[in-house]
Amino acid sequence: MIRKRLRENILLSDYDSIVSLVEPETRVLDLGCGKGELLLRLIKERRIQGRGVEINQAAVIECIHKGLSVFQGNINEGLDDYGQGAYDYVILNQTLQVLDRPDVVIEEMLRVGKKVIVSFPNFGYWRVRAQYFLTGRMPRTLKLPDEWYDTPNIHLLTIKDFKIFCRERNIQILASLSLLSTPSLGAGWAQFWPNLFADEGIFVLARGAP
Amino acid sequence: MAIKDGKNGGLANSGSVGLVKTHTMQVAAPPDDLMLDCGRNLGPIQVAYETYGELNPQRDNAILILHALTGDAHAAGYHHSKDAKPGWWDFMIGAGRAFDTNRYFIICTNVLGGCKGTTGPAAINPETNRHFGVTFPMLTLGDMVKVQKLVLDQLGIECLLSLAGGSMGGMQALEWCLRYPEKTRSAIIIASTSKLSPQAIAFHEVGRHAIISDPNWRQGAYYSSEVRPETGLGIARMIGHITYLSEESMNIKFGRRLQNKTEYSYELTREFEVENYLHAQGLRFVQRFDANSYLYITKAMDYYNAAEDWGQGSWERACARVRAKSLVISFTSDWLFPSSQSKEVVKALRQNNKDVSYVEIESASGHDAFLIPSQPLSRVVDSFLDNLYQNQGAA
Repeated sequence: MIRKRLRENILLSDYDSIVSLVEPETRVLDLGCGKGELLLRLIKERRIQGRGVEINQAAVIECIHKGLSVFQGNINEGLDDYGQGAYDYVILNQTLQVLDRPDVVIEEMLRVGKKVIVSFPNFGYWRVRAQYFLTGRMPRTLKLPDEWYDTPNIHLLTIKDFKIFCRERNIQILASLSLLSTPSLGAGWAQFWPNLFADEGIFVLARGAP
Repeated sequence: MAIKDGKNGGLANSGSVGLVKTHTMQVAAPPDDLMLDCGRNLGPIQVAYETYGELNPQRDNAILILHALTGDAHAAGYHHSKDAKPGWWDFMIGAGRAFDTNRYFIICTNVLGGCKGTTGPAAINPETNRHFGVTFPMLTLGDMVKVQKLVLDQLGIECLLSLAGGSMGGMQALEWCLRYPEKTRSAIIIASTSKLSPQAIAFHEVGRHAIISDPNWRQGAYYSSEVRPETGLGIARMIGHITYLSEESMNIKFGRRLQNKTEYSYELTREFEVENYLHAQGLRFVQRFDANSYLYITKAMDYYNAAEDWGQGSWERACARVRAKSLVISFTSDWLFPSSQSKEVVKALRQNNKDVSYVEIESASGHDAFLIPSQPLSRVVDSFLDNLYQNQGAA
């Protein structure tokens, strides 16, 4: 229960960061929008025009109850319908690491969105490294709380991995935020050496010049 | 938000709209005859309708319910205290139900061409004083919608809070969004499509062929004769009914069980439960439905192609007209109006940046699922309408 509440708080702080990255009065597609909290905040605080995609039916119905326009389906279906540059932003919040083919989805997001916002838990975070190193077991943290056998996270990555990925694919990083949800060492460390001290990365991307 | 368990426990059941009556009104009286899509004029037109709940003083809480192929205006409640069954969407309409009669004013009309009180082929042609039969003009879903609009005009309803229907009802809801975008604040389109698949047209044609092959059909002029094309209409219904079920629901409902016995009798009689069920459905149907109406309405469904009518062949272009906030719902086991068709509807609306939500409900009941009580269906419709209702001033 406490763990669940902590995770919800973490999600809320993610939302703060993402809301701060979105320009007002833009068009936003939120992939894996859950119960629509982020979209609702963006609508209220940034006056965006928002759409969501979500696979969980109960969550979709909650979105509908909030008045949001949401498509029940998987992320690929959610993107296929749209033409190039249909949205100012396409957001993928804490979902990259559960996808079958994150590379394909990011390319698709870059097609549909003029900008893309991606957030993911950083597997290079020192606590993760320390657990793996010291105990020899798969790490479990607040952001990666599951056992190896029931985790939805099948494509774990570090902030460094992601930066290399972007460079190799000619994807421009317009902005990045490195977050530390449990600031035991102080937030400054996360900015100083994100791949070691941040437990989450948030990136704003755009297609690089050809 | 009260979601009922979906069982209709008779008149005493809480939330039921209770005893109701079908009313009739006349529209399109000459010289204001209705110009039909086929080019012919029709008028006057009598329309059967029912209403539940109260129209508020601002007249902005009206919801139009649109029935499917063989439905009628009797969507909820009971006509007599001894009625075995309530109206066809009773579990959705009533106090505390998805279409909450404490909040909304619900209207349901029988479609043009129908046989439950609205002018159709069984009506008397005022020019000849004889039943129309096949001299009745060919109809389109657009014509049906035009008649519904005339009814709302007479009721003094300028703009609908919402409209909702399954199957052909959903196609009409879509037509409303395209034909009268400024009168349609929202629409709920269930187990439906913007055009029938060739497979669905094929099944319709088999049904129609069964009817016109029945010697008692007499070129549609059977109204004054002793016998009616019941065999043909019964077969049409049996075929239709198969398309409304799913492989799984038939497995669950009947399996391979035999009727009242355990061994084959090795003769050409009906032995399986499923055979008897279909025949009983056929028999019941011919008691309540007119064969010519079946011909006309199925044909109107086949003709419907919203992309042609409103987008010069492009469904995406057609959707640019839409102003309604829409909710599209499909059911996983529906193979007559499959999810892929609902998604096509949604796709073009999304491409046009319209407010549209899509929900696919898990169900084994096939196309019939929208007529069967289910929590997700009630809950999603309730949630959609609740938000509209709460934000009415804001729109």
